[in-house]
Amino acid sequence: MADPTKIRGTLKDGVAEVRVLMAHEMESGQRRDAAGKLVPAWHITEVVAALNGKPVLKALWGPGISKNPFLGFRIRGAKAGDTITISWIDNRGDKRSDEVKV
Amino acid sequence: MNPSRRTGLRAAGSVGLYAALAGIGLFEGRPVSAQTFNATLFQARNLTELLRMLGATSAADSKEILITTPDIAENGAVVPVAIRSQLPRTEQISLLVEKNPDPLVASYQLLEGVEPDLNMRVKMSQTSDVIALVKADGRFHLARKEVKVTIGGCGG
Repeated sequence: MADPTKIRGTLKDGVAEVRVLMAHEMESGQRRDAAGKLVPAWHITEVVAALNGKPVLKALWGPGISKNPFLGFRIRGAKAGDTITISWIDNRGDKRSDEVKV
Repeated sequence: MNPSRRTGLRAAGSVGLYAALAGIGLFEGRPVSAQTFNATLFQARNLTELLRMLGATSAADSKEILITTPDIAENGAVVPVAIRSQLPRTEQISLLVEKNPDPLVASYQLLEGVEPDLNMRVKMSQTSDVIALVKADGRFHLARKEVKVTIGGCGG
Protein backbone atom coordinates (compact mmCIF):
# COMPACT_ATOMS: atom_id res chain seq x y z
CA MET A 1 0.00 0.00 0.00
CA ALA A 2 1.23 3.40 -0.97
CA ASP A 3 1.85 6.27 1.45
CA PRO A 4 -1.15 8.33 2.54
CA THR A 5 -2.53 10.99 0.24
CA LYS A 6 -2.16 14.49 1.63
CA ILE A 7 -5.36 16.46 1.31
CA ARG A 8 -6.03 20.05 2.32
CA GLY A 9 -9.50 21.48 2.22
CA THR A 10 -10.00 25.13 3.03
CA LEU A 11 -13.35 26.86 2.96
CA LYS A 12 -13.85 30.35 1.60
CA ASP A 13 -17.27 31.87 0.87
CA GLY A 14 -18.97 28.51 0.47
CA VAL A 15 -16.33 27.22 -1.89
CA ALA A 16 -13.95 24.53 -0.73
CA GLU A 17 -10.47 24.83 -2.17
CA VAL A 18 -9.03 21.34 -2.29
CA ARG A 19 -5.38 20.52 -2.78
CA VAL A 20 -4.32 16.94 -3.09
CA LEU A 21 -0.86 15.41 -3.10
CA MET A 22 -0.72 11.72 -3.89
CA ALA A 23 2.33 9.57 -3.26
CA HIS A 24 3.02 7.61 -6.41
CA GLU A 25 5.96 6.81 -8.64
CA MET A 26 4.10 7.56 -11.92
CA GLU A 27 6.58 5.65 -14.07
CA SER A 28 6.08 6.77 -17.67
CA GLY A 29 6.97 3.58 -19.49
CA GLN A 30 9.45 5.57 -21.61
CA ARG A 31 12.43 5.30 -19.31
CA ARG A 32 15.18 2.68 -19.61
CA ASP A 33 16.98 1.09 -16.70
CA ALA A 34 20.76 0.63 -16.45
CA ALA A 35 20.55 -2.52 -18.57
CA GLY A 36 18.75 -0.63 -21.33
CA LYS A 37 15.40 -2.29 -20.76
CA LEU A 38 12.23 -0.24 -20.71
CA VAL A 39 10.89 0.32 -17.23
CA PRO A 40 7.21 -0.65 -17.46
CA ALA A 41 4.64 2.09 -17.02
CA TRP A 42 3.24 2.31 -13.53
CA HIS A 43 0.85 5.16 -12.95
CA ILE A 44 -2.43 6.16 -11.40
CA THR A 45 -5.23 5.63 -13.90
CA GLU A 46 -8.23 6.94 -12.08
CA VAL A 47 -8.90 9.40 -9.28
CA VAL A 48 -12.29 10.07 -7.78
CA ALA A 49 -13.00 12.99 -5.48
CA ALA A 50 -16.17 12.86 -3.42
CA LEU A 51 -17.91 15.34 -1.15
CA ASN A 52 -19.75 13.60 1.68
CA GLY A 53 -19.57 10.36 -0.27
CA LYS A 54 -20.98 11.85 -3.45
CA PRO A 55 -18.54 11.91 -6.40
CA VAL A 56 -17.82 15.41 -7.67
CA LEU A 57 -14.77 14.96 -9.86
CA LYS A 58 -13.47 11.99 -11.76
CA ALA A 59 -10.06 12.02 -13.37
CA LEU A 60 -8.48 9.64 -15.85
CA TRP A 61 -4.74 9.88 -15.91
CA GLY A 62 -2.09 8.65 -18.27
CA PRO A 63 1.60 8.33 -17.52
CA GLY A 64 2.10 12.00 -18.41
CA ILE A 65 1.18 13.20 -14.94
CA SER A 66 4.20 14.02 -12.79
CA LYS A 67 5.59 11.87 -10.02
CA ASN A 68 3.78 12.34 -6.71
CA PRO A 69 0.82 13.95 -8.46
CA PHE A 70 -0.73 17.20 -7.37
CA LEU A 71 -4.34 18.04 -8.07
CA GLY A 72 -6.10 21.26 -7.18
CA PHE A 73 -9.78 22.03 -7.64
CA ARG A 74 -12.70 23.83 -5.99
CA ILE A 75 -16.08 22.57 -4.88
CA ARG A 76 -19.06 24.91 -4.63
CA GLY A 77 -21.59 24.56 -1.86
CA ALA A 78 -19.29 22.92 0.65
CA LYS A 79 -19.81 23.51 4.38
CA ALA A 80 -17.52 23.32 7.36
CA GLY A 81 -17.34 19.73 8.56
CA ASP A 82 -18.00 18.22 5.14
CA THR A 83 -15.89 15.23 4.25
CA ILE A 84 -13.76 15.14 1.11
CA THR A 85 -12.64 11.73 -0.01
CA ILE A 86 -9.92 11.11 -2.59
CA SER A 87 -9.58 7.61 -4.01
CA TRP A 88 -7.19 6.41 -6.68
CA ILE A 89 -6.29 3.23 -8.44
CA ASP A 90 -3.20 2.52 -10.53
CA ASN A 91 -2.55 0.27 -13.49
CA ARG A 92 -1.27 -2.49 -11.23
CA GLY A 93 -4.55 -2.52 -9.34
CA ASP A 94 -3.15 -0.82 -6.23
CA LYS A 95 -5.59 1.55 -4.64
CA ARG A 96 -5.86 3.97 -1.80
CA SER A 97 -8.54 6.17 -0.32
CA ASP A 98 -8.11 9.04 2.12
CA GLU A 99 -10.42 11.63 3.53
CA VAL A 100 -10.31 14.99 5.26
CA LYS A 101 -12.83 17.36 6.84
CA VAL A 102 -13.22 20.84 5.37
CA MET B 1 8.37 -6.86 -30.21
CA ASN B 2 5.40 -8.35 -32.01
CA PRO B 3 2.84 -5.52 -32.22
CA SER B 4 -0.27 -7.67 -32.24
CA ARG B 5 0.86 -9.44 -29.10
CA ARG B 6 1.42 -6.09 -27.42
CA THR B 7 -2.05 -4.82 -28.23
CA GLY B 8 -3.52 -8.06 -26.98
CA LEU B 9 -1.70 -7.79 -23.68
CA ARG B 10 -2.73 -4.19 -23.23
CA ALA B 11 -6.35 -4.95 -23.96
CA ALA B 12 -6.26 -7.79 -21.46
CA GLY B 13 -4.77 -5.45 -18.89
CA SER B 14 -7.46 -2.84 -19.28
CA VAL B 15 -10.26 -5.39 -18.95
CA GLY B 16 -8.67 -6.61 -15.74
CA LEU B 17 -8.42 -3.07 -14.45
CA TYR B 18 -12.05 -2.38 -15.15
CA ALA B 19 -13.04 -5.53 -13.33
CA ALA B 20 -10.91 -4.50 -10.36
CA LEU B 21 -12.49 -1.04 -10.26
CA ALA B 22 -15.97 -2.44 -10.50
CA GLY B 23 -15.02 -4.87 -7.76
CA ILE B 24 -14.21 -2.15 -5.25
CA GLY B 25 -17.42 -0.34 -6.03
CA LEU B 26 -15.91 2.75 -7.60
CA PHE B 27 -18.54 2.69 -10.28
CA GLU B 28 -21.56 1.90 -8.18
CA GLY B 29 -24.70 3.95 -8.50
CA ARG B 30 -23.25 6.40 -10.94
CA PRO B 31 -25.34 7.12 -14.01
CA VAL B 32 -22.61 9.30 -15.50
CA SER B 33 -19.88 6.70 -15.40
CA ALA B 34 -19.89 6.19 -19.15
CA GLN B 35 -16.33 7.45 -19.17
CA THR B 36 -14.04 4.79 -17.77
CA PHE B 37 -10.32 4.34 -18.11
CA ASN B 38 -9.72 3.71 -21.75
CA ALA B 39 -6.15 2.56 -22.26
CA THR B 40 -6.32 2.96 -26.02
CA LEU B 41 -6.94 6.70 -25.69
CA PHE B 42 -3.79 7.08 -23.65
CA GLN B 43 -1.85 5.12 -26.27
CA ALA B 44 -2.83 7.35 -29.17
CA ARG B 45 0.44 8.51 -30.67
CA ASN B 46 -0.58 11.72 -32.36
CA LEU B 47 -3.04 14.50 -32.01
CA THR B 48 -5.26 13.87 -35.02
CA GLU B 49 -5.72 10.24 -34.08
CA LEU B 50 -6.51 11.19 -30.53
CA LEU B 51 -9.06 13.85 -31.44
CA ARG B 52 -10.75 11.37 -33.74
CA MET B 53 -10.94 8.77 -30.97
CA LEU B 54 -12.41 11.35 -28.62
CA GLY B 55 -14.92 12.40 -31.26
CA ALA B 56 -13.56 15.93 -31.03
CA THR B 57 -12.28 16.56 -34.56
CA SER B 58 -14.68 19.49 -34.88
CA ALA B 59 -13.39 21.18 -31.73
CA ALA B 60 -13.42 24.94 -32.16
CA ASP B 61 -10.81 27.33 -30.77
CA SER B 62 -12.17 29.17 -27.78
CA LYS B 63 -10.98 32.21 -25.89
CA GLU B 64 -13.09 31.16 -22.93
CA ILE B 65 -10.56 28.53 -21.94
CA LEU B 66 -7.57 29.81 -20.03
CA ILE B 67 -4.39 27.81 -19.71
CA THR B 68 -1.91 28.96 -17.11
CA THR B 69 1.59 27.53 -17.39
CA PRO B 70 5.10 28.88 -17.17
CA ASP B 71 6.28 30.07 -20.60
CA ILE B 72 9.54 28.28 -20.03
CA ALA B 73 9.70 25.14 -17.93
CA GLU B 74 13.19 24.32 -16.76
CA ASN B 75 12.28 20.83 -15.66
CA GLY B 76 9.98 18.96 -18.02
CA ALA B 77 9.24 16.35 -15.36
CA VAL B 78 7.15 18.79 -13.35
CA VAL B 79 5.29 21.46 -15.28
CA PRO B 80 2.46 23.12 -13.37
CA VAL B 81 -0.63 23.56 -15.53
CA ALA B 82 -3.92 25.21 -14.67
CA ILE B 83 -6.94 25.04 -16.92
CA ARG B 84 -9.95 27.23 -16.40
CA SER B 85 -13.03 27.15 -18.55
CA GLN B 86 -15.55 29.97 -18.63
CA LEU B 87 -17.83 28.11 -20.98
CA PRO B 88 -21.25 27.43 -19.52
CA ARG B 89 -21.97 23.82 -18.62
CA THR B 90 -18.43 22.57 -18.85
CA GLU B 91 -18.65 18.86 -18.29
CA GLN B 92 -15.27 17.49 -19.27
CA ILE B 93 -11.75 18.85 -19.38
CA SER B 94 -8.88 17.02 -21.04
CA LEU B 95 -5.26 18.00 -21.09
CA LEU B 96 -3.08 17.13 -24.06
CA VAL B 97 0.60 17.74 -24.64
CA GLU B 98 1.04 17.62 -28.39
CA LYS B 99 4.61 16.31 -28.61
CA ASN B 100 4.58 13.88 -25.71
CA PRO B 101 4.92 10.20 -26.63
CA ASP B 102 1.37 9.79 -25.38
CA PRO B 103 -0.34 13.15 -26.01
CA LEU B 104 -3.32 12.55 -23.74
CA VAL B 105 -2.19 13.37 -20.23
CA ALA B 106 -5.40 13.58 -18.27
CA SER B 107 -9.11 13.74 -18.69
CA TYR B 108 -11.41 15.08 -16.01
CA GLN B 109 -15.10 14.60 -15.72
CA LEU B 110 -16.77 17.35 -13.74
CA LEU B 111 -19.76 16.12 -11.80
CA GLU B 112 -21.77 18.23 -9.41
CA GLY B 113 -20.39 21.30 -7.77
CA VAL B 114 -16.83 21.31 -9.07
CA GLU B 115 -15.68 24.51 -10.69
CA PRO B 116 -14.11 24.16 -14.15
CA ASP B 117 -10.76 25.28 -12.79
CA LEU B 118 -8.17 22.56 -12.31
CA ASN B 119 -4.53 22.57 -11.30
CA MET B 120 -2.07 19.78 -11.88
CA ARG B 121 1.54 19.00 -12.68
CA VAL B 122 2.49 17.21 -15.84
CA LYS B 123 5.51 15.79 -17.64
CA MET B 124 6.64 17.20 -20.95
CA SER B 125 9.22 15.45 -23.10
CA GLN B 126 10.08 18.55 -25.12
CA THR B 127 8.92 22.05 -26.07
CA SER B 128 5.35 21.67 -27.20
CA ASP B 129 1.87 23.08 -27.28
CA VAL B 130 -0.26 22.28 -24.28
CA ILE B 131 -3.86 21.81 -25.37
CA ALA B 132 -6.94 22.05 -23.22
CA LEU B 133 -9.91 20.27 -24.73
CA VAL B 134 -13.15 21.21 -23.06
CA LYS B 135 -16.52 19.63 -23.59
CA ALA B 136 -19.26 22.06 -22.70
CA ASP B 137 -22.93 21.66 -23.43
CA GLY B 138 -22.16 18.68 -25.65
CA ARG B 139 -19.61 20.50 -27.82
CA PHE B 140 -15.84 20.41 -27.88
CA HIS B 141 -13.70 23.50 -27.61
CA LEU B 142 -9.97 23.83 -27.35
CA ALA B 143 -7.22 26.23 -26.50
CA ARG B 144 -3.47 25.87 -26.81
CA LYS B 145 -0.39 27.41 -25.30
CA GLU B 146 3.25 26.76 -26.04
CA VAL B 147 5.58 25.80 -23.22
CA LYS B 148 9.32 25.76 -23.81
CA VAL B 149 11.04 22.90 -22.05
CA THR B 150 14.71 23.03 -21.16
CA ILE B 151 15.13 19.47 -19.87
CA GLY B 152 12.63 16.82 -20.98
CA GLY B 153 10.84 14.81 -18.37
CA CYS B 154 9.81 11.56 -19.98
CA GLY B 155 13.00 9.72 -20.75
CA GLY B 156 15.99 9.21 -18.60
